[in-house]
Amino acid sequence: MAEPQEIVKGASLWGDAWKRLLKNKLAVFGLVVLALIGLLVVIGPTILFQVTGFTADGIPEDGNLIKSFPPSLLHPMGTDEAGRDMLARVLQGGRISLMVGVISTFVSLVVGVSYGAIAGYLGGRIDNLMMRIVDMIYAIPYILIVIVLLSVFGGQNTPRWIQFFSESVGGAGNQGLSQIFLLFFALGLVSWLTMARVVRGQILSLKNQEFVLAAKATGVSTFGIIFRHLVPNALGPVIVYATLTVPSVMLTEAFLSYLGLGVQAPFASWGSLASDGIKNIAIFPWQLIFPGVTMALTLFSLNFLGDGLRDALDPQTRKF
Amino acid sequence: MLSFILRRLLIIIPMALLVVTLTWGLIRIAPGNFYSSEKKLPPAIEENIKKKYGLDKAWYEQYGLMILRIVQLDFGDSLKYQGQTVNEIIARHLPYSATIGIFAYLMALVIGLAAGIIAALRQNSLWDYGSMALAMLGLSVPNFVFGPILVLFFGLGLYLFPPARWGGFSALVLPVITLSAIYAAYIARLTRAGMLEVMRSDYIRTARAKGLDEKTILLRHALRGGIIPVVSFTGPALAGLLAGTVVVERVFAIPGLGNIFIQSVLNRDEPLTLGIVAFLSILIMVFNLVVDISYGFLDPRIRYE
Repeated sequence: MAEPQEIVKGASLWGDAWKRLLKNKLAVFGLVVLALIGLLVVIGPTILFQVTGFTADGIPEDGNLIKSFPPSLLHPMGTDEAGRDMLARVLQGGRISLMVGVISTFVSLVVGVSYGAIAGYLGGRIDNLMMRIVDMIYAIPYILIVIVLLSVFGGQNTPRWIQFFSESVGGAGNQGLSQIFLLFFALGLVSWLTMARVVRGQILSLKNQEFVLAAKATGVSTFGIIFRHLVPNALGPVIVYATLTVPSVMLTEAFLSYLGLGVQAPFASWGSLASDGIKNIAIFPWQLIFPGVTMALTLFSLNFLGDGLRDALDPQTRKF
Repeated sequence: MLSFILRRLLIIIPMALLVVTLTWGLIRIAPGNFYSSEKKLPPAIEENIKKKYGLDKAWYEQYGLMILRIVQLDFGDSLKYQGQTVNEIIARHLPYSATIGIFAYLMALVIGLAAGIIAALRQNSLWDYGSMALAMLGLSVPNFVFGPILVLFFGLGLYLFPPARWGGFSALVLPVITLSAIYAAYIARLTRAGMLEVMRSDYIRTARAKGLDEKTILLRHALRGGIIPVVSFTGPALAGLLAGTVVVERVFAIPGLGNIFIQSVLNRDEPLTLGIVAFLSILIMVFNLVVDISYGFLDPRIRYE
């Protein structure tokens, strides 16, 4: 008794998750704010230059610097200690802050996913050893690791490929920028530990399923099984955790800049701008408040988006 | 139970030594040392310094001596603060960090638990959204921005609390609030998730079925299971708080241990860095042990062999 039935197109995992994400107002708010901030940071400095004639560093064309001028029509966020336009500085700093978020998270993603996947798939003694190493690194204060990485690979010892990266982004011969790129990688190299644990847990639960057996039977290499078959199946938690890594590395960068170890002048990030502003908080509060609030708003949106993604991609927790 | 505690206590020793070893290796990998500065030392003087601090010996000899000392809980003399032992420095600066740390954690517990429980009981209400948005704000504002803003309003605007000073209760208020914000936010989120999970469990249904009133269910049954994630978070959080957080110490000019640690790393003050790392790792492991033991009291289903 087959009734004529219209073939219903099943919702894919990703389509389904996307729909759930769009229902979450806070996550959509986060997404919109982030897109807006990203857009402003990318094209903002150019527009500002067209409108006001400030260079990317916030210096007026005529070089007429007014130090610590309060917010006004010409300088919507005031000027800093040296007379540079804060709006231009905040936009420019946003580029570095957002790059920290993206590049460091990417580094931690690559390291953490490979490490966790290999440990989880190989299992047994190797898994045990690899995870004890993670525990050990957890116990060492990460600031120590960052300082060692920065001093071992700093200055003349910067690896060629980091210089290549920074030159392809900011032009040749820029030693300062390559140090900032070194910082991105150092931050990535201290924030992969939790990612490795998350991925390992996923792989452990996936590796005994039939599709892995089938892959083995058809002669796929161990490398192929891990990266072509297992990792794509663990992508949900990885994406969720990566979204939550972005705000945490941005906070860490801000913290390092506050200690004077992060982004150095003439470059700026939201963290370094805010920590510069702290000195003058009683007299020129806008020098702290604008970069601080911009940063907080970005992190706020990222956290909401991360939470929304977790709810959308992990239907188990959806009931809460 | 007793053998479980003993075993865990014994494991702390090799674990702490391993952490110290790794830290030592990291310090030695980094170029430079405590006596080098912009001006280059004459070779003869450098020889003498190396001899005095035993740096002329082979690396394994230096390592062996270092571990031998640390096993006896003697962390040696600071290289930067002359004539002071590491133990003295830790003992002097720990009380400041510990005071604000303990107060901050107590405050975070009170606020976080209250907000989390209310959010879970009135799920999807204005209370829920409001407290969770506030918690998210706590996680998103860097504390070196939050602290100075508090100072600006309450210290320099309303003259309620001193902007930076040590001594007296009023001086504690702003640093404690700054420090507790992020922890209160974490605890609120953990409590809410934990409570929501527990309120749906079978034993709560049983409690309802046998006619207990909501207050008893909440306080005697749900809360014990619901705060387990908070308890797990407490171990490492408390250890970090006792050792101080650099930012709050810098903003409020508090002579705590966190700042001493960062300075020791920057100064290449090897004994001091190793001493603080060893102290911290032991602290974390002891707190984790206490947390593991307390699980047994909170959740009767958990047993230790």
